[in-house]
Amino acid sequence: MDITPIWLTLKLAGITTLLLLAIGLPLAWWLSKGRSFFKIIIEAIITMPLVLPPSVLGFYLLLAFSPQHGVGKWLQQTFNVQFVFSFQGLVLASVIYSMPFMIGPIKSALQQLPVSLSHASYSLGKTKWQTFIKVLAPNIKPSLLTAIVLTFAHTLGEFGVVLMIGGNIPGVTRVASIAVYDSVEQMDYAAANVYSLILFAITFVLVIAVFIFNKYQLKSPLE
Amino acid sequence: MISIDIEKRLKTYNGQQLLKIVRQFPMGSITKIYGPSGVGKTTLLKIIAGFTKPEKGLITIEDVTWLDTASKTFVPPQKRMVGFVFQDYALFPNMTALEHLEYATKDKEWIDRLLKIGKLESLTTHKPEHLSGGQQQRLAILRALAIKPKLLLMDEPFSAIDPEMKTVLIAELKTLFDELGTTVLIVSHNPQELDGLANAELIIH
Repeated sequence: MDITPIWLTLKLAGITTLLLLAIGLPLAWWLSKGRSFFKIIIEAIITMPLVLPPSVLGFYLLLAFSPQHGVGKWLQQTFNVQFVFSFQGLVLASVIYSMPFMIGPIKSALQQLPVSLSHASYSLGKTKWQTFIKVLAPNIKPSLLTAIVLTFAHTLGEFGVVLMIGGNIPGVTRVASIAVYDSVEQMDYAAANVYSLILFAITFVLVIAVFIFNKYQLKSPLE
Repeated sequence: MISIDIEKRLKTYNGQQLLKIVRQFPMGSITKIYGPSGVGKTTLLKIIAGFTKPEKGLITIEDVTWLDTASKTFVPPQKRMVGFVFQDYALFPNMTALEHLEYATKDKEWIDRLLKIGKLESLTTHKPEHLSGGQQQRLAILRALAIKPKLLLMDEPFSAIDPEMKTVLIAELKTLFDELGTTVLIVSHNPQELDGLANAELIIH
């Protein structure tokens, strides 16, 4: 049995989670501070993948990054980068698709921290960035872990978006969820079962780990 | 001299209310501020610290303008370096007592002295959740003093400290304020407790 789809899935989930952590932390912090019409629009866009059928998102990404026109053509001609039917395309789609899972818990946790914590840090001469790194982020650890695990686990289970933008190229875009579908199509239930069991086991262990960690963090540090 | 002339609309239980303060505070003075709940005592401190902005106002400290709504001048709180003791203490849950002070200053001798004043020498490795209310409040005072502020704003700073400890602490703080030449504004619901410390008062109605 070909184990490549499992490695490809883990690689995709790992890269997506790391990228979203780098993008999500500052974005969630920005969104957590105050409300403006512009922020509401941005938040709505980030939340869209939660309610939109994955195939719709995948379809528009396919159109947007098609090398025949628009942004896709420009990227192809300028940087020789192609997002459609490539691994980097999967990463891009996953980042967009899993973004609400990273932003949501972090933003919510930051909003629950008393504003006086930031003020206290500012009064000591600390910059906003120093305050975020030394005071805010360490006090939202459980939510941060939840966001990381949810993002990773959600990326493991992607199907529609990945299939639309990446297709089913062995060793390049054929991730585990597509391999399950493909095996069933070919009546190879044994292979489908192995892929499914591995995905099930990984996600189950991850979710259990979060529950165990958060069990010991249930008491808010601010109580 | 610290000169304050501000106007801010406050949203209160009974609708809107105007907080208007015109006052000068000599450098080195210790002023107690009191008045009924909800009149804007805490808001006044937050405006001076730069945490909130008034609709109209001018704040200058020794000829340096911190706020001037007319010319849209606003010095951020990080640049004002005002010591601030918060009513809810605002201690950092992830830091021990010692880490709170080390976050504010690198001066080890000063930290040791502050810990002695606050009687927290034996609790340096404790995080706020493992300190009593009074100990947390003392730590909040020490953290504000760690930056050796020229201006110290204290919001109900002694409310959780027992009377015996309060008397000793106030005496220690008075010596410290004199030494640093700190100007202090203290909001209190119990102004009598500050009789030996404050040399001026501001009543807000």
